[in-house]
Amino acid sequence: MTPYDLSPLFLSLKVAGISTICVFIVSIALARLMVRKEFLGKSIVDAFILLPLVLPPTVIGFALIVLFGVNGPLGILLENLFGFRVVFTWIGAAIASFVVSLPLMYQSVLAAFEKVDPRWENVGRTMGVSEWRIFRTVTFPLAWPGILAGVILAFARAIGEFGATLMIAGYIPGVTETIPLAIYFAYEAGQMDKAIFWVVIISALGVAAIGWVNYWRRKNAIRIGRE
Amino acid sequence: MLTVDFTKKLDHFTLSMAFSMNDEIVALIGPSGSGKTTLLNCIAGITQPDAGIIALNGTVFYQSGQKPLKIQKRKTGYLFQDYALFPHLSVEENILYGTKRGSDLSHITALSKLLGISGLLAKYPHQISGGEKQRVALARALAAKPDILLLDEPFSALDDDTRARCQEELHKIHEQWKIPVIFVTHLKADAEKLADRIIKVDQGQMTEQGLLERGGVVGTEILKADFI
Repeated sequence: MTPYDLSPLFLSLKVAGISTICVFIVSIALARLMVRKEFLGKSIVDAFILLPLVLPPTVIGFALIVLFGVNGPLGILLENLFGFRVVFTWIGAAIASFVVSLPLMYQSVLAAFEKVDPRWENVGRTMGVSEWRIFRTVTFPLAWPGILAGVILAFARAIGEFGATLMIAGYIPGVTETIPLAIYFAYEAGQMDKAIFWVVIISALGVAAIGWVNYWRRKNAIRIGRE
Repeated sequence: MLTVDFTKKLDHFTLSMAFSMNDEIVALIGPSGSGKTTLLNCIAGITQPDAGIIALNGTVFYQSGQKPLKIQKRKTGYLFQDYALFPHLSVEENILYGTKRGSDLSHITALSKLLGISGLLAKYPHQISGGEKQRVALARALAAKPDILLLDEPFSALDDDTRARCQEELHKIHEQWKIPVIFVTHLKADAEKLADRIIKVDQGQMTEQGLLERGGVVGTEILKADFI
């Protein structure tokens, strides 16, 4: 038993989990498009996806408030369509995590897809196999080590997101208090024990994730990537 | 019958090919970078010519001004250089990859026996030798019952004994299947041993065609005199 309310842990796992699922789907679709298609403005789209990597979190937070705030175009749209607000909710935290972790996952997936020898896909095509089945049974499994690394990176980035989350979701204990926010506000309040507790928890999560990826890679390196 | 008559601009020259063939074995011979693999890729649909026509048994694969036929619809068996076996699938999964569930697999069983790979089915590509990979790749290329077989340097990675055995097997398969076979090689000996006809290619141009009676040249037609 711990002396602290564990809701920041569960909220962080929920926010990072949902954000990572969305990042996983979107980055795979984007990376697939970028690898396979040539189109006008491709480099601009690429730069736009990677932009959050070089922007300060406060700028991302500001942009999200402008877009999803009560007077923002997407904020109004979501409230009218589905009746929910993004600002000062855990959904805002998930959107902030999504935006900051998307470029990391996208880069990993893009590199993973580019590493898959196009001859393997062409073999499937000459055998009359559909593009979707080739993707599902050849491209995706062979790119999986890189995709998995991207998932872990994205999850770690999402669970550690602070600046943009604070701006759009604010600090409402029990509602938007993720682990990074709990650490910051515990420190601000002089509750060093509580801050250290959450630092240990979030560090342990990171170490466990990296350890698991390394184990998985060693286990599967024997088969995948060799011919 | 395969009809090929097209041009395609490459980096340093224009690939220009014009020939037709029946259910025979044609060897494309020429130095590296002369456009041989690009010809196979154009027939398979992996890349498209700039102009001309490619048709097999009345089905137009490519014709200037028309939408090319999708790769999946061309029914080509393609053995890539270095074989390109799927590293994450077993030999059996590699061979059956293009077959539909519930389809008749008797020809694959016969092929596996003929090629001597029945004992390898549970293994993965990294667990088998170069000669075995070649035979697995050949079985995979034939598994979906193609209308034409394209082989890109099929014997280049094999030692002399394995090469002779694989050539013999390919010969047997061709006698049973009776489909057009085009194989790319840079070795004249391979071409003369296996092919009914040799087409020499250099810098994208067909320079010489020769009809063969297995083991010897019957007659040649010089298409471009400066071929070395």
